[in-house]
Parts: sequence; C-alpha cells; structure tokens
Amino acid sequence: MLKETHKAEIDDILSRYPVKRSALLPLLYLAQREQGYITEAAMQEIAGLLKLTPPQVYETATFYTMLNLKPVGKFHLQVCKSLMCALVGSDTVIGWISAKLGIKPGETTPDRLFTLSIVECLAACGTGPMMQVNDDYYERLTEEKLDRILADLRQTGTCSLKTGPFMWPEPAPAKPGA
Amino acid sequence: MPKYEPILLKNMLQPGYTGSLAEYERAGGYQAIRKVLGKVSPADVTAVVMKSGLRGRGGAGFPTGVKWGFLPKDYQGPRYLCCNADESEPGTFKDRQLIERDPHQLLEGMLLACYAIGAASSYIYIRGEFVLGAKILEQAINEARAAGYVGKNIFGSNTTIDIWVHRGAGAYICGEETALLESLEGKRGLPRVKPPFPATHGLYNKPTVVNNVETLANLPHILNRGAEWFASIGSPPKSTGTRVFCVSGHVARPGNYEVPMGITFRELIYEQAGGMRSDKKLKAFIPGGASAPFLTPDHLDVKLDFESVALAGSMLGSGGVTVMEEGTDMVWAALRLMEFFYHESCGKCSPCREGSSWLVQIMRRIVNKRGQLADLETLTDLCKNIAGRTVCAFGDAEVSPILSTLKHWRHEYVAMIHAAEAANLIRPEPVGAKQ
Repeated sequence: MLKETHKAEIDDILSRYPVKRSALLPLLYLAQREQGYITEAAMQEIAGLLKLTPPQVYETATFYTMLNLKPVGKFHLQVCKSLMCALVGSDTVIGWISAKLGIKPGETTPDRLFTLSIVECLAACGTGPMMQVNDDYYERLTEEKLDRILADLRQTGTCSLKTGPFMWPEPAPAKPGA
Repeated sequence: MPKYEPILLKNMLQPGYTGSLAEYERAGGYQAIRKVLGKVSPADVTAVVMKSGLRGRGGAGFPTGVKWGFLPKDYQGPRYLCCNADESEPGTFKDRQLIERDPHQLLEGMLLACYAIGAASSYIYIRGEFVLGAKILEQAINEARAAGYVGKNIFGSNTTIDIWVHRGAGAYICGEETALLESLEGKRGLPRVKPPFPATHGLYNKPTVVNNVETLANLPHILNRGAEWFASIGSPPKSTGTRVFCVSGHVARPGNYEVPMGITFRELIYEQAGGMRSDKKLKAFIPGGASAPFLTPDHLDVKLDFESVALAGSMLGSGGVTVMEEGTDMVWAALRLMEFFYHESCGKCSPCREGSSWLVQIMRRIVNKRGQLADLETLTDLCKNIAGRTVCAFGDAEVSPILSTLKHWRHEYVAMIHAAEAANLIRPEPVGAKQ
C-alpha cells in the first residue's frame, strides 16, 4: 500500500493543492514509479485517498499516454515519429531498433528489458531523430549511438549519451579558470 | 558577437552559466521583483506590461497585460497563475531550453505576474516528458524558497507567493489553457466551453491567468528596462520584443534563435540557421508549429511578426519554424501531421474526433496509391466542417496541413492519384475500415 510506504511524499503532494483531486496525476505517477505501471489496486487506493470513485480515477488515468496501465519493459524506448523528426530520419531509427531487438512497435523483448513505442512530438525537433528512454532524452541519434545506448542500458542501466540541460545550438564551453 | 542583442538567452549564452540562484543574481536577477514589490502598485505593473506591447508567446499572441486586466478587480477570494510549460506544438522546443538553462528567469517572471494579478499560489504545468526540466525547476524553487524569494513574506514583504511544479502526462491538448486547467484539477484534459473565460472562472472556478513560459520570462526584463525599451524592439506597435524561434527540419544549423520580431524568414533560415543542409533548395516551411498552414519559397521575405504572417495566410503561432527541402513529399508530410492530430484529438467534439479519423484514412489511401480525384473534394469538405465547429482551436489547427498543402501542392496529390489510376489500383479502401 502506497499510504504506508510513502506517507511523507503523499502528504507533501496533498499539501500543494486546495482541492484533493488535483493530486491525482502526481499520485498516479507515484504508483507507476513504484510498480512500473498502474495497477487496479493502486487506482482503488488512490481513489480512497482522494475521496473519488474508482471510475473517476480510471477515466483520468486512461486519458494520458504516459500512464501505463499494462506492464512495460525495464527500458521503455519511445521514438518520436512526428513530421519534424521524420524529416531527419526517425523511421530509419525505428527500423534499426526493431531489427536490433527483434520487436515491433508496441512489443516487449522476451527478457522484459525493452519495450518499443512510437510516440508523437517530444519537443526536441531541432535535435532529431530522438527518443526518450524512461526519464531521459537521447537526441541526434545515429546507428552508432543507438548501439552504444542499447549496450550501456543492458550493462549498466543508464547511458552517458543522454541529454543534460538542453541548449541548441550548443553553448560555448566555459573558459578554464573563469 | 551575435547580430541581435539576446534578452531571454543572454545569461545562458555566457560560457559556463549553470542557471543557479547565485549566478542568476550575479547576472542581475531578482532585481525587477525587488524594484516592484511594495513600491509599485499591481495595477501599475500591469500598465507597464500593457504599454510594452508584450503578446503571448504560446501561440495565440494575446496581449499579456490585457489578459491580466480581465481579472475581476473586486473579487476577494484566491486567484491563480498557471505557467503553461506544456510545450507540445510540434516544431517547438524553446520553453525546454528556457526552463533547463535559466529556471530563475522564469520564476522571477512568475513572481512579477503573481504580484500583478494578486495571486498567492501558482503552478507550472510542465509536460510530463520533461522530467529533467521538472527536476531543475523543483531545485530552483527550493533554492528560491530557502532564500526567502518564494513562499511566505517574500523578500521580507508581507506578500506571499508560492510556486509548485505540476507534471502533465502526455497530452497535446493540455497546452490549450482550459484543458490545462482541467488536467491540473485531476481530470481528463478536455477543453472547456468559453465563455466563461479563465480570467473569471479558471482553476477551481477562481480567477486565473495562464501564461506561456517565454511570455513570463520576458517580464523581469520589461520591468527592469521599461516598457518603452521593450516596445522599441521588434516590429512595433503590434509585435514588440524578441522571440525565440525554433528552427527544425532540413537546415544546416537547427536550433533556438532569439531575434527581434520582424526579421524575414529568409534571414532566420539562411543567416541564423545556416541555410539548407545540402544543395537541395527550400521547398516549403511551416512558420509557427504544426497548427500553422504551410508556406512556400515565395513567402521567404515575409516578416516574422504576428500581422505579416497572418497576411501571408498562416500564423506565427508558437515560433516553431520547420523547413523542408526539394524532394519532400508534401502529401506524406501533411499525412504525418494529420496522424499527430488524429492521435491527439481529445474526443470531446464530434467534428474533430470523427473528422480527424476520416482525414487520416483518406490521406493514407491517397499515399498508398488507392486514392481517387473525388477524395480531394471530400478532404476539403471535411476540413470545412471541422474548422470553427469545435470547442477549442484544435479543430482549426488540424485542418491546416491538408488545406495548405492542397492549396500549394495540389498537383502532388493529383499525381499520386493518377499513378494509382495508371497502375489500375483503384479499389478504394472503405472509410471506417480497420486501420
């Protein structure tokens, strides 16, 4: 139960809003973070916490694409295919991933490590083709980069190619000693 | 030296600038709010913003000071400010940079807006995918709270202004201001019928202002340097200040470029963004995000201000400029955008919900060489029955890729259909068939 394991965090979330229902998305995120997806039990518990009916929670949860109502792989590869990325090769990237992992969009590898999803614009149009893996963006993808990302994720669970605070064109480097 | 003086990107262009509170203050940050708090009346702050001519940077371009002025003066209950950081218009990626590189500039802008409208609580509604941006904002708010700049009695005054980060969860429509409010209330992001407008019935039915990240980030500079200074930049009187334009697609140097409004697309694309990426010529460009109708090389000398782009038959929108080179299939391009709108239609209004599905199916049929000439009339007819018949502006937006490509590149649609006829492939896939 989230209420026992995350009491402080839930109280903090609730303190931010004058109306309880506003805490719904943050609490659904919390449930997803803990279990990888949102279970029916979690939705019922959240309904109780916010004095909502379970259908009220369900109708909100089903509206938002980032809330997973089914389990996904440990690494959720989400490749943008909107026009701006498509102009610079996102379909090729999707083909590479499919071939390398042997899965089609919407599928998960048998070892449950990778799920491939095709998504709409992620606001990284100047640095396409790009994908989001769990919380991180990977931009200006090439086949070489992709190989490294997949290998690093497998081995260490993260990859240093992920984007930090975004700026494009890239900022000037700091002068040493400045 | 950049050709134009950067305003919003100035700090982050300094080598090594990290956007911490200390660095923001060293660069002159949090001076505008100090200058104003308790010394200038909220009404006078609003008057300065009105005089500056600042217009919303999210897409609609509504004058910011006028929007604030719609709040009821005599209302005693709570009022809210919501910062729209949902940045979901395809082609737009400026707010991400403003948030992640200089978060305190946005926070100071929010404090100023809250002070002007009398809001004690404000929320930054940030798109769910910006996990890093949300973390950076949380950290910045914590820094500001520890310094006494956010929270109770800010800067030792008797004013209380709180700022919270609220993450969205992957819905384009939540960039529409009333859908944003619904989402913030924990509901599905369905736009509300207007009127009543958020100014009187907004978040929790209280008077509310929703402003875009870039709009708010301009405020410290306007209060520091004056309305006259701001109004002298750009293309006065109606398009004042700079804008951070996001250039994407087939250019040599895609990215965010801050320039005064009123320079031409030619200058933005060929000077700022380095021109085309190869020797292929420019074929088409979208001037203001996916919702803006496509323009052609004939429009390269159009000025980047609200009125000029509108006169050219499109809109400046969110400032996302997407460039396409010779050889780009325009029917395919329109289909890609149509697929986006189909995916993102919230489903509230029938013309948009059903119409977007039909438009995608017909477009796919044409691209798959199964189209017929009558489809072009059907497309036009459908588009006319969607635009203007929905609760929000999504309906107008979703028809613009198809209508504008049909206007400028109808021959490409016709050629595809003729190819289908020549190959004797005309077996129309029935509309409504499973995709």
